[in-house]
Amino acid sequence: MTRTSIAAAAVSILALGLAFGPAPALAARTDASIGMQLEPPNLDPTGGAAAAIDEVVYANVFEGLTRFGADGSILPALAESWEISEDGLTYTFKLRSGAKFHDGSAFDAEDVKFSLNRARADDSTNAQKALFADIASVEVVDPATVKVTLSKPNGSFLFNMAWGDAVIVAPETAADNAAKPVGTGPFAFGEWVKGDRVDLVRNPDYWGEPVKLEKVTFKFISDPTAAFAAMMAGDLDAYPAFPAPENLTQFEADPRFAVIIGSSEGETILAMNNKKPPLDDIRVRQAITHAIDRQAIIDGALFGYGTPIGTHFAPHNPAYVDLTAQSAYDPEKSKALLAEAGVSDLTLSLKLPPPSYARRGGEIIAAQLREVGINTEITNVEWAQWLEDVFKGKNFDLTVISHTEPMDIGIYARDDYYFQYADPDFKKIMDDLANATDPAKRTELMQAAQKKIADDYVNAYLFQLPRTGVTNVKLKGLWPNSPTQANDMTGVYWEE
Amino acid sequence: MTAYLLRRFVSLSLSLVAASLVIFLVMEVVPGDPASFMMGINADPEAVAALRLQMGLDEPLPLRYLGWVAGLLQGDFGVSYTYRVPVSELISERVMISLPLTLYALALSTLIAFPAGIIAAARRNSAADLSVMGATQLGVAIPNFWFAMILVLIFAVNLRWVSAGGFPGWDAGFVPALKALTLPAIALALPQASILARVMRSSLIDTLDEDFMRTARAKGLSRGQALWRHALRNALIPVLTIIGLQFSFLLAGGIIIENVFYLPGLGRLVFQAITQRDLIVVRSVVILLVFAVIVVTFLVDLAYAAADPRLRRHRR
Repeated sequence: MTRTSIAAAAVSILALGLAFGPAPALAARTDASIGMQLEPPNLDPTGGAAAAIDEVVYANVFEGLTRFGADGSILPALAESWEISEDGLTYTFKLRSGAKFHDGSAFDAEDVKFSLNRARADDSTNAQKALFADIASVEVVDPATVKVTLSKPNGSFLFNMAWGDAVIVAPETAADNAAKPVGTGPFAFGEWVKGDRVDLVRNPDYWGEPVKLEKVTFKFISDPTAAFAAMMAGDLDAYPAFPAPENLTQFEADPRFAVIIGSSEGETILAMNNKKPPLDDIRVRQAITHAIDRQAIIDGALFGYGTPIGTHFAPHNPAYVDLTAQSAYDPEKSKALLAEAGVSDLTLSLKLPPPSYARRGGEIIAAQLREVGINTEITNVEWAQWLEDVFKGKNFDLTVISHTEPMDIGIYARDDYYFQYADPDFKKIMDDLANATDPAKRTELMQAAQKKIADDYVNAYLFQLPRTGVTNVKLKGLWPNSPTQANDMTGVYWEE
Repeated sequence: MTAYLLRRFVSLSLSLVAASLVIFLVMEVVPGDPASFMMGINADPEAVAALRLQMGLDEPLPLRYLGWVAGLLQGDFGVSYTYRVPVSELISERVMISLPLTLYALALSTLIAFPAGIIAAARRNSAADLSVMGATQLGVAIPNFWFAMILVLIFAVNLRWVSAGGFPGWDAGFVPALKALTLPAIALALPQASILARVMRSSLIDTLDEDFMRTARAKGLSRGQALWRHALRNALIPVLTIIGLQFSFLLAGGIIIENVFYLPGLGRLVFQAITQRDLIVVRSVVILLVFAVIVVTFLVDLAYAAADPRLRRHRR
């Protein structure tokens, strides 16, 4: 090969790669590309806890008896209606007629029985097995009617059935859902190019109102810089949970994009190891909560997006009580409490998982604690390490973490949970709540629970994690909030 | 040659056994349980235990090691904990991106470096030489992920000629796939081309100073003819070494570029598998990369022999 031909080859390879013009614009779009930070490990919501699974399939591919609406309310889904017996023990669900699984088989009461029994079986790997704990039996009355009997009244049963972990699957296809999900939803699974994207296509046989989009592509882009470039280059139409809040102002300034600030179910807390001295002293825990300036953390770690919370409850929930004043920023009070508890020269470990709210927030918390005389030893840990060391091993003093499951105040009643609270009085409240079906009574109990953990200063409650999304300004119908981990595409459309 | 090949084969096998043991043990020492990672912090402990049992995580350590090695020997890499599909399937999908990307980058790097290095050496201290040296100095100094981001800003965000990243799959056709790999390949190739051009230049300059080059000129060959017929081949050995190293580096080390362009390649598979404690995937990919590096080194050795007949005789 001569010198010139080598050079010519180099130039032509470059030219081949680069000299394609931009793709032609489509007239009326019926497809959408949605960015997500994490790729789901599999696509079976009944066999794993990864939020990314539900973010692809919830309401799109799979449906349960009930479902969450955009505002967190409980709506009918595969159950058209239901009757609850006087004693609150029997739920009779009238099922949707004409619903079909994507493989063409009909949906009926047998599928419901199979799905619920599978989730509560001894060898079940359902991450939220507790949702089904109160079910005593599931009976098929006729193909369109299912009777579920509970062992004790459970006021949140309909709520539990709305979770992604409680979707209805078909016995023939359940085992393969991890790689090839078959549900009853308005979108059917198309293709999964591992590491890159999942395609969903419109289900022409859907029982309900047909969706407007013909194709939805979920693309997995974890690097915040790459996500920014992908939005800017028009590769993505929306990124509902955008990972870099620092870029949001740039999107706001660009007329092509709309920024959506919503709330999530993520109560972000500075968790404390309640059994480890000196944190077993309520005065020390209270001192820590008064040392923290929530707004400074929100401004510093989240660029101002986020709502302060004073207890472990989502502020958009109607039963929420604002208890932030009880643990208001008051360094003098904090110092006095520490003196009263006889604690001086205190050094605590602070373990921080990878999300930026934890890493950035943790640095600010450390600085704030130093102001009242508490030193911290910061350790950055990966998720797997956090689970092993903090969550399982309880080898920590403080950690920053967001609890993202909806209505998860019940974790405070768990024995041996990582922050080691498990107070008998609190457990009593939770038991009463489980047995209560009257809405007013339930609200009262939920508020009592919120106050109880705030009074005991179990953890320092920081803020509700915002859901900051970016979309193409013409793409409408995405959920602003995330009452559950989902990207519900059923109402999404392109504005002309 | 046969004895030589046999010796190389034995040392290759020993390296693989040692590597497999180290990889297995390191992954065991790292804290973290794949089952609890998958089930999350709100999970029912019973369900986590059921999953551990299903994954075979409760078996004793030596048994799991032997099971893994026995599987490897039969070409069975096991089933991924998180994806729940055969690891061989995952790897073959990813190799279809990483390998073409590596070859593409290597081709670009060689096609840029050879002419640049040769011109610089042939016209030492000329303006051409100085500009090659200056440009390659810059090329070595610029971190490739930064260069990648600049490429994305120019060609994807501003000019909109290509996507900012991603890979459509080879099913989408050769041209769209090649297009998706072009910016990453350029980003990977630039620093490699700079290094290679500098090695080419200095190796050629050394050869040009040799006695046999003077003889060639004395025979009546022009400078260009002497360089082309006698110097180039002799200057190739160090260059081949670098190309071999670069291949291994590009295949295993493309992870940062894969992240910038969100390409689903091998590097990202390993990265993701490590965070998810998908130990089976990590082990299998790492052992595969070790294998690839050993094989490439071996091939480079053979290429030396092809380039230099003296080495062939010596080894016989």
